[in-house]
Amino acid sequence: MSTVVSNVEVPAGVKLPIYMDNHATSPLDPRVLEAMMPYLTNKFGNAASRNHAFGWEAEAAVDTAREQIAKLIGATAKEIIFTSGATESNNLAIKGIAEMYRERGNHIITQVTEHKAVLDTCKRLEKYGYRVTYLPVKADGLIDIEDLKRAMDDKTILVSIMYANNEIGVIQPIREIGALCHEKGVIFHTDAVQAVGKVPVNVIADNIDVLSLSGHKLYGPKGVGALYVRRRNPRVQIAAQIDGGGHERGMRSGTLNVPGIVGLGKAAEIAQQEMEKEAKYLVSLRDRLKAKLESELDYIHVNGSWEHRLPGNLNMSFVYVEGESLLMGINDVAVSSGSACTSATLEPSYVLKALGLGDDVAHSSIRFGLGRFNTEAEVDYVAAKVIDIVKHLRELSPLYEMVKEGIDLTKIEWQAH
Amino acid sequence: MAYSDKVVDHYNNPRNVGTLDKSAQEVGTGLVGAPECGDVMRLQIRVNPETQVIEEAKFKTFGCGSAIASSSLATEWIQGRTVEDALAIKNTDIVKELSLPPVKIHCSVLAEDAIRAAIGDWKKKNGVAETAPAAATSAH
Repeated sequence: MSTVVSNVEVPAGVKLPIYMDNHATSPLDPRVLEAMMPYLTNKFGNAASRNHAFGWEAEAAVDTAREQIAKLIGATAKEIIFTSGATESNNLAIKGIAEMYRERGNHIITQVTEHKAVLDTCKRLEKYGYRVTYLPVKADGLIDIEDLKRAMDDKTILVSIMYANNEIGVIQPIREIGALCHEKGVIFHTDAVQAVGKVPVNVIADNIDVLSLSGHKLYGPKGVGALYVRRRNPRVQIAAQIDGGGHERGMRSGTLNVPGIVGLGKAAEIAQQEMEKEAKYLVSLRDRLKAKLESELDYIHVNGSWEHRLPGNLNMSFVYVEGESLLMGINDVAVSSGSACTSATLEPSYVLKALGLGDDVAHSSIRFGLGRFNTEAEVDYVAAKVIDIVKHLRELSPLYEMVKEGIDLTKIEWQAH
Repeated sequence: MAYSDKVVDHYNNPRNVGTLDKSAQEVGTGLVGAPECGDVMRLQIRVNPETQVIEEAKFKTFGCGSAIASSSLATEWIQGRTVEDALAIKNTDIVKELSLPPVKIHCSVLAEDAIRAAIGDWKKKNGVAETAPAAATSAH
C-alpha cells in the first residue's frame, strides 16, 4: 500500500509513527513492566491462597498496590476494589448501587457526554424500571450545577458524573457536585479514568463516594482497574454483579489479576510522584502545538473549556476539512477524530454534538492526546504535518473557497443524503 | 481503515482541482452533499456547444479520502466524453476502479450525483432537453 506524501521533514530523534492518542490508551511505562515481571513469572501465586508462601507473596503484592492506589486518590486501602478495568468499575458502581438502594429510590442522574460504559449501563437500568436524567452540558462541555440541583428529587439515589471527558478533556466541577450530593444524601459516583494520575484527585476533598479508574490510561497495563468505594461518611454499599468466591470483600468475585494489579499500583505510585512536573510539561507541549497550528491556519478552534481541561488534551476543529481525510494525510501520527467516517456508526461524535456544535464542525475535529513520552520535537513535526495537510485539503475544499468568497454556507440549501 | 493504492494516489495527486466560472454559458456546475453529512462535492464541466464534448472538468471536495478520490476520478473519466457518454458512468464503476469498501459506497454515489447535477445544470442553461429521465440513484 502506498502512503500519503508530504514535504514535511522528520526532525532528528523523531521515530515514526508518533503516538499522540493517550486518551485511548497509554504506553506501558518500563518501570511498571519491571515491577510486574516477577508476578508474570516466578511469583505466580493466587492471592486467595491463605495457607502457603506463594499465596502470601501474591497477597502482599496486592496489598502494596492497594496502598499505592489509595494514596494517589486520598483513600484508604480497604476502600479499593480491583476490577478488570473502568468499564467493569462503572458497571459495578452504577448497577451495584441501583440494586442496593432500590428501596430508597429509583432515580439516577448522569449527563450526556459520559462514556458509553456509563450511558449504556444507565440505559439498561431504565429497562428495569429505573428513571434516568441525562443532564445537558453547556457549550464549554461542563454541566450547570443548577441543572443538577433541579433534577434531584426524593427518589434520587445516585449521581454519576465523569471527572474529565475522554474526548474534549474538560474537567467537571466535581467538588461542587459532590458537595451538593452530600447535602442531599445522594451517592456520588465519578468515572475518573482520564483524570486519575493526570490532575490531583482527592476523594475526601472532592466529596466523591465511588470512583472508577483504569490501569492503561495511566501508563499501566490493560485489563485491570479499580473501584473506590467509600467506607465512612457515608458508608456506601454495593451489590456484587459478579458472584463467586467472595473476593474483594464480596463485591467482586474472581481470582485477582496479580501482575496487573502490581502494575496498576506501580503506575499509581509513579503518577503521584511525577504528576506535578508532568502536568507542567504536558501543558507546555499542548500550548506549543496549539500556538503553532493557530499561527498558520485560520478557521480552527478548540472544542470545550480551555480553562478546565486536562493538561494533555487538545481537541480542535479544522473547519472545512473533513476529519477522516485529515487523519489519512497524517497517517504517521496516531490521533483520533470525531468524524462520522471514523466511527462504526457513521455518526459524528455525540460529545461534540452535545456542545451544540454543528455536525459539520464535529466532522472536522481532531483529538490530540499528549502523554508522558511525547517530545517537543514530535509536537513540532505533528504541527507542521497537520498544517501541511490542512492547507492541501482546503485547496480541495469547496466550502473553504465559498467562505473565502463571502458566501454564507448556512444559507445554501444542501441536499442532505 | 486501509485505503487502496488508487485512493491514496488521488488523495496525494488529485486531478483537475479547481474552479470554472459558473456564470459562463458553457459551464455546468453540480454541488451535491451537505456539510453536516461530512461530504460536499462540487463538480464543474465546460462543454463544447458544437460537439457536446466535455472539454474541461474541475472539482473541489470536502469529505473523506474516498470522496476526494471518487470525485477526482470522475473528472478524469468525463473529460473528453460527450455529455450523454458521461451520463453512462455508474457509481459501481467508481467503486470497482477505486476498490471502495462497502462503507464508502456512498462516496461513489455522490460522485455520480455530481456528474448528473453538473450536466443537468449545463442542459438547463443551454436549453438542452433531458434525453431520458436519469436513472434514479440509490438512496443514501
